[in-house]
Amino acid sequence: MDLILEQMPIVIRSLNIGFLQTLKLFFVTLIGAFPLGLIISFGSMSRFAPLRWFSRLVVWIIRGTPLMLQMLIIYYFPGLVFHNNIWGSGEAGRFIAASVSFIINYSCYFSEIYRGGIQGVPVGQEEAGLVLGMTKSQIFFKITLLQMIKRIVPPISNEIITLVKDTSLARIIALQEIIWAGQAFMKGSQGISGAIWPLFFTAVYYLAFSGILTIILGKLEKKLTYFR
Amino acid sequence: MSVLEVSNISKSFDRTQVLKGISFSLEKGQVLSIIGSSGSGKTTLLRCLNFLERPDNGIIRVNDNILFDANDPSTHKESEIRKKRLHFGLVFQSFNLFPQYTALKNVMLAKELLAKELPDYKLRKRDIHNEIEAQSEILLKQMGLSERMNNYPHQLSGGQCQRVAIARALALKPDILCFDEPTSALDPELTGEVLKVMKELAEKNTTMIIVTHEMSFAREVANQVIFMDDGYILECGTPADVFDNPKKERTKQFLSNYNN
Repeated sequence: MDLILEQMPIVIRSLNIGFLQTLKLFFVTLIGAFPLGLIISFGSMSRFAPLRWFSRLVVWIIRGTPLMLQMLIIYYFPGLVFHNNIWGSGEAGRFIAASVSFIINYSCYFSEIYRGGIQGVPVGQEEAGLVLGMTKSQIFFKITLLQMIKRIVPPISNEIITLVKDTSLARIIALQEIIWAGQAFMKGSQGISGAIWPLFFTAVYYLAFSGILTIILGKLEKKLTYFR
Repeated sequence: MSVLEVSNISKSFDRTQVLKGISFSLEKGQVLSIIGSSGSGKTTLLRCLNFLERPDNGIIRVNDNILFDANDPSTHKESEIRKKRLHFGLVFQSFNLFPQYTALKNVMLAKELLAKELPDYKLRKRDIHNEIEAQSEILLKQMGLSERMNNYPHQLSGGQCQRVAIARALALKPDILCFDEPTSALDPELTGEVLKVMKELAEKNTTMIIVTHEMSFAREVANQVIFMDDGYILECGTPADVFDNPKKERTKQFLSNYNN
């Protein structure tokens, strides 16, 4: 116990650095995947059949294969096949590769949630807008969007909580996120080796962060109950 | 001069022909009631007038201008159809109010969006907004909803929702206001309050087309009644003509269901 207390400051400092990388990947993924998902959902609802098929094919491939595999392919493929490691070899390059993988993966999941949300808005809403002389984009932004958001908050919340934990998959391309940071103390780092408790301790970070997100998302959901 | 002239409109969905050559005209300030059994094409006709469906054939004229001619593709442009829709208002059976906006905002929204297209919008933003708000409040008052302006649709009864929807349609001052079975989703008590405001509109010479199953109401407010059956207009005339002296056997048969 005394030993753990002694190691604690060193471990916490290291885990904080790792968690910062976890947070960065988390927010970058959301910022990228929210709009990209919307674009893909429009693609998969398009009246232009080839675009619709293409969008649905992409969604099928991305949702049908492991994120870990996608990340490995995105990170190693350019280097192995074209002998050109576009990502560079440093931590910054690994972060970009991980971000690209996560954004593509999550936008496909989001696109299906969006599609359900948009198609769940009664067709009469669009017709009411049309009859009142609104343009398609006015109808989307002024009428459909908020009703869609209300519908998708619960399923999107689920994905967001999953994303918090999925960020740890970036460990596979040696992104120095919190799991990587915790694991380092098993192999030996900063004079500590063979310690497994730092790895277990990362759970506290995940729990605290997903707890905060749960509260925020719950508040958002509640806020949108002002209409039905 | 007729405000509306419809010539030989037909419309099919897949292989089912729903409208089979509909022609009629409507004078300004008059009320036309369309009656007929479910599936006779009444709703499709209204939807064609509001360009929610595109007729396969026929011509729609408003104030002697051709709004739509099935044989003239230049009248089919989406951007212009949007403007043409403004000649018509439509009140839906299921209200279709925007749930995230208050009653007042429901009435104001379309007008505010249209105002953005005005050249001097940026300069007069505040004034335009206040003007639209004042007009909308007057409309809701006419509908007997002065106490309900800041309520959301889910806080209103069906009859109140439908009156908001009527105010919303009136806000754009359409030449012709169409009603698609406006009371079919309401219980008898609430039906009365909606019919009352419609009657008031008729007294103010609002040009209206009303698809309805309320026969006594149709008879009372309409200047002209059309009986539709299987995509055709079987009978057309004054309420007295159609209700008291129907010429066709099918009309008699239909009306007999309502005489009790």
